[in-house]
Amino acid sequence: MAAPMQRWVGRGRHWTFARVDGGSCHRREAPTGSTSNRIRGRSSVAQQPLYTTQKPRKGEHKWAAVVGLEIHAQISSNSKLFSGSQVRFSAPPNSLVSFFDASLPGTLPVLNRRCVEAAVMTGLALNCHINKKSLFDRKHYFYADLPAGYQITQQRLPIAVNGSLTYGVCAGKKQSQVIPKTVRIKQIQLEQDSGKSLHDDLRSQTLIDLNRAGVGLLEVVLEPDLSCGEEAATAVRELQLILQALGTSQANMAEGQLRVDANISVHHPGEPLGVRTEVKNLNSIRFLAKAIDYEIQRQINELENGGEILNETRSFHYQLGCTMSMRDKEGKQDYRFMPEPNLPPLVLYDATSLPAGADPQQVINIDQIRETLPELPSVTRERLVQQYGMLLEHSFTLLNEVGLLEFFQNVIKETRAEPKKVTSWVLNTFLGYLKQQNLAVSESPVTPSALAELLDLLDSRTISSAAAKQVFEELWKREGKTPGQIVSEKQLELMEDRGALEQLCHSMMEAHPQVVMDLKKGNPRVINKLIGLVRKATQNRADPAMIKEILEKKLSS
Amino acid sequence: MLEVSAALTQGQITPTELCQKRLSLIKKTKFLNAYITVSEEEAFKQAEESERRSKNEQSLGDFDGIPTAVKDNFSTSGIETACASNMLKGYIPPSNATVVQKLLDQGALLMGKTNLDEFAMGSRSTDGVYSKQYREKRKQNPHSKNEDLDWLMTGGSLGGTAVAMSAFTCYVALGSATGGSTRNPAAHCRLVGFKPSYGLVSHHGLIPLVNLMDVPGILTRCVDDAAVVLSVLAGHDTNDCTTVQDPINPFIWFGRCEQTITVFLVQIEGAKVIEVSIPHTSYSIVCYHVLCMSEVALNIARLDGLQYGHRCDIDVSTQSMYASTRQEVFNDVVRGRILSGNFFLLKENWENYFIKAQKVQRLIANDFANAFNSGVDVLLTPTILSEAVPYLEFIKGDNRTQTVNMAGLPAVSIPAARPNQGLPVGLQLTGHAFCDQQLLTVAKWFEKQVQFPVIQLQELMDDFSSMITHHQKSANILLSEKYF
Repeated sequence: MAAPMQRWVGRGRHWTFARVDGGSCHRREAPTGSTSNRIRGRSSVAQQPLYTTQKPRKGEHKWAAVVGLEIHAQISSNSKLFSGSQVRFSAPPNSLVSFFDASLPGTLPVLNRRCVEAAVMTGLALNCHINKKSLFDRKHYFYADLPAGYQITQQRLPIAVNGSLTYGVCAGKKQSQVIPKTVRIKQIQLEQDSGKSLHDDLRSQTLIDLNRAGVGLLEVVLEPDLSCGEEAATAVRELQLILQALGTSQANMAEGQLRVDANISVHHPGEPLGVRTEVKNLNSIRFLAKAIDYEIQRQINELENGGEILNETRSFHYQLGCTMSMRDKEGKQDYRFMPEPNLPPLVLYDATSLPAGADPQQVINIDQIRETLPELPSVTRERLVQQYGMLLEHSFTLLNEVGLLEFFQNVIKETRAEPKKVTSWVLNTFLGYLKQQNLAVSESPVTPSALAELLDLLDSRTISSAAAKQVFEELWKREGKTPGQIVSEKQLELMEDRGALEQLCHSMMEAHPQVVMDLKKGNPRVINKLIGLVRKATQNRADPAMIKEILEKKLSS
Repeated sequence: MLEVSAALTQGQITPTELCQKRLSLIKKTKFLNAYITVSEEEAFKQAEESERRSKNEQSLGDFDGIPTAVKDNFSTSGIETACASNMLKGYIPPSNATVVQKLLDQGALLMGKTNLDEFAMGSRSTDGVYSKQYREKRKQNPHSKNEDLDWLMTGGSLGGTAVAMSAFTCYVALGSATGGSTRNPAAHCRLVGFKPSYGLVSHHGLIPLVNLMDVPGILTRCVDDAAVVLSVLAGHDTNDCTTVQDPINPFIWFGRCEQTITVFLVQIEGAKVIEVSIPHTSYSIVCYHVLCMSEVALNIARLDGLQYGHRCDIDVSTQSMYASTRQEVFNDVVRGRILSGNFFLLKENWENYFIKAQKVQRLIANDFANAFNSGVDVLLTPTILSEAVPYLEFIKGDNRTQTVNMAGLPAVSIPAARPNQGLPVGLQLTGHAFCDQQLLTVAKWFEKQVQFPVIQLQELMDDFSSMITHHQKSANILLSEKYF
C-alpha cells in the first residue's frame, strides 16, 4: 500500500508535505522539515495546520489533527529501578538479571535512589510540579517479557506533574526564523522497563532477554497540544537534548533509550475531538514525524470516504512508510491497576520540609537537586547568540548535532579568529564534510586544534580562504600533518609580492586580448575570468581582492 | 526450646543426636503429613557443624543446634519450596528468605518445609495438593490424638507447621501470618502463635499471599521462646523496604531477665480490665477478602509456567500456554481468588470494591487507634470463637485474627482454657504497633497465671504417645524423649 500524498493547504498554494529531514544526527539545518504555510507569513503560535485531501473543493471543511505523545526514556543509572542488576546495552542475553528481575517468588523491590533523583531533575527541568508524595502501582497484563505479570509504575500519583516543554519550529524563507512553541507536560512517572522478546519465526518460538527487564524508565506524558509530525519531531528532539544535558538519560533512540508512542486523532476545528489511534514502535525522530503525518492523512481519507476510525493500536512499518493495525484481539485492555504493597509512598523533601537531623542518605531534597541543574539547551542557545553573535538557527544546529557544540567551543578557545568566522567554518565546511561522508563529529579526521590553527592562518592573512579550503581538504585525509606543515609544503602562503603579482596580471592580460576587449567594451563581469586565471596561476596563493585592484588599475590606465 | 538449648549446652545431648531423633520422629509421623519436604541431608550437615562448634566452644547461642521447621512458603536455598502447589512443584529457590537466613546464621537446624494450603490460601490446611492423604489418614482414627489434629485442620493456613510442632519434630517453627495463619492453628494446637507488628520482621523471600498484610509468624511452645525468636528476626532488611529503618533495641527475653519481668509483672498485677469497642469488626472479613483477592490476582500472575514451575504441553501461543498451565494446576480456592481479584480491580469496580475496602481498612485501623488512645495497653480477645468448628462455621471465627492484620498490629495467641471436650482454645492479645515487647510481657504473665503450658505438654505427650501406640509404635521411646 502506497502512502497517499499529503498536502498543506492555504493561501492558494499547495506544498508537498515534505519529509522531516534527517534523524537525530544527520540534520543539516536546525529542525527543518516541511515549509508549512501556517508559519509562512504568520507568526501566530497557536495556529493549527489545516488539512484536506488532495482535491480541496471550495467551502470544504478543514481538518485539524490532535497529537499527544508518551515518551519513555531509559534512566541513565548503574543499576535497575528496583534491583541491583547492572544496566548495560548489548550485554550477552540474560546476563544482567537479578532474582527480582526474573520475578522469583518472594523477591521484593528496593527503590534506586539515583532513578528518583533523575526523575526529580527531569521534572524540574521541564517546569513540573514535583509531588512531595508519590505512589507506585501495579499495571497488570500478561506478556512473555514481563515476568511478574505486572509492571510497577506510577499511575495514580506520579512523581512530577503539570510541566511544559518549549521547542522551536523553524520557519520563513530559508528556515531562518525560529518560532517558539510550547507543549504541556501532563506528568512524569517512574516505571520499570520490560524485557525483550525476540521472535524466531522460522522455529516459531519466542526468545526472551531479561537484561532490560526492570531498568528504570521515565515516562513523560505530553498533553495533545501537537498538530503534526514536524512539531512532534522537534518537541521530542528538544526533550532528547534536555535529557542529555541533564544526564538523566542517554536518550539514544537507536539503542531504545528513548521510545515514543503517539496518540493521534483528527477533527473539524470547533467540533469534539475524533476517535484516536495509538501508533507504536517509533524508533527514530524521522519515523516519528513520518508515522504521525501518515496516520493523520489516513484518518482524514478514511473519514472523507465515509469510514470510521477505530480506537486501536497501530504500528509504523518503516519500510513501507505506513501504519498498520496491530490487530489486538483482546480489544481495549483493562490493566487492573492496584497499589504496589511492597513500596511505601515515595516521600521527597525541600529545604522547608526537611526534618532536622535527617540522614542525607535516606532523604531526597528537591531544592538541593535544583541547585545542581546544568545549563539547559534553550539557555545554551541564548548564550551562543549573545556571546558569539550567531543566528538563532545556527545555535540550533550546533546543539542538534551530537558533539558539535563541544567541537565549536574547543575551536573558539584555541583560535584568534572571529567567532562568526568559526561558526561559518564549523557549520558549513566542517559539517558539510561530515555529512558528505556520513560521519559523526566524534569520527571527524580534523581535530578542533587543527581547525583552530587553520583559522589562525586565515585570520593572520597568511593564506587565502581558497587556500584554507585546500588545507582543510588535506587535513581531512588524516595524514597527520598540521595546517602549518601543509601550507609550507604546498607553498600556499599568500603572495605578498605586489611586483610579481603585477607582472603576472600583465602577462595574463596579454595572453587574453579578447577578454580585455570585452572588458573595454563595457562588460565588467568578465573581469572575474581574468581574476580566476591569475589565481590559478598563483595556485590560489594570491588575494583575489588585490588581483582585482591591480587588474582594474591596469585596465583604466 | 530454651530447655533444649540448655540441654545442648550442658552436653546432655549432642546436636547430631537431637537431629537424628527428630528425623526419625518425622519418619514415624509421616502419616500426619506435616512436612512437604524433609531436608534430612541439610539438617544433618547443619547438626554436624553445630556439634563441631559446640566442641570448640564456639556455640552461636541459644539457637545453635535447635531443630526448626519452616512453612513451605518461605524460600529456602537449595530446598524445594512448592507452597503446596503443583505450580511450584520442583521449584528450588536460589536463596533463603531473610528470616530463614537469620535463623540459620544462629546455628538452627532446618528439618524441613511444612504443609499449608495452596499458597497459604485457606484457613483449614486442606487446600494444598499435599493435603489429601493427611485428611484421609486422620479419619481412620477418630478417637485418638488424631482427633485433635483433625481439628487442627480447621486452623490454617499453617496446619502442617502446627502439627510439626505438636508432634515434637521441631522446637521452633516459622509460619506466615496474613489473616490468622499463625494464631488460629496455635489456638487449636495449644501453641503460642505470635504475629509481630507489620514492618518489624522482613517478609523478603516469603512467597506472598497478601504483601500488605503478610508477616512472618512465630510458632513456639511458650512465650519465652517466641520472644527469643523475635529478637533474632526483628529489624531492618535492605531487601524489604517496608521494614522499619530505625535500629531495634535488642529484645529482653524473659528466661534470662527475671528482674525485668518482675518489674513488668508488678505493673501488670494492677491491671484494669475494661471493655472497648472495635465497631467496624463486622466489615473486616469482607474487606479482607477484597484486598486479599485483588493482591492474590497480581501476586500469582508471575506463576505462568514460563520461567519455573509447572508448564503445560500446549505451545500454540504464549497466551494459550499461560491459560492451560494455570488451569491445570490451580485449585478452586486459588482460581476463585484470582477471578474475584481481577473482578474487583476492573476499572468499573475499582471505586466500589477496592477503594471501599481500603476505606474500611482505615476505619478498622482507626478503631484500634481509638481503643489504644483510650488508655488501653493490650487488647484481649479469644483467638477463635470456640474450639475447633466445622468448616461452614469457620468463616465467622476468622475475623478475630485478620482484623488485627488489617491494622498491622502485633498479636499473640496463647493457650488459655480447655472447655468441656478437652480441646484447646487460644487467648489473643493485641498490642500497640511496634510495642511487641510489651505485648509479649503481658502474654508471659498470662502464661504464668494459667499455668497452661505445663499441663499441655504432659497431656500432649500422653495423647501423642497413645496415638503412636495406635499405630503400633513404641510409646516409651517418645515419653523418654519428652524434651528432645
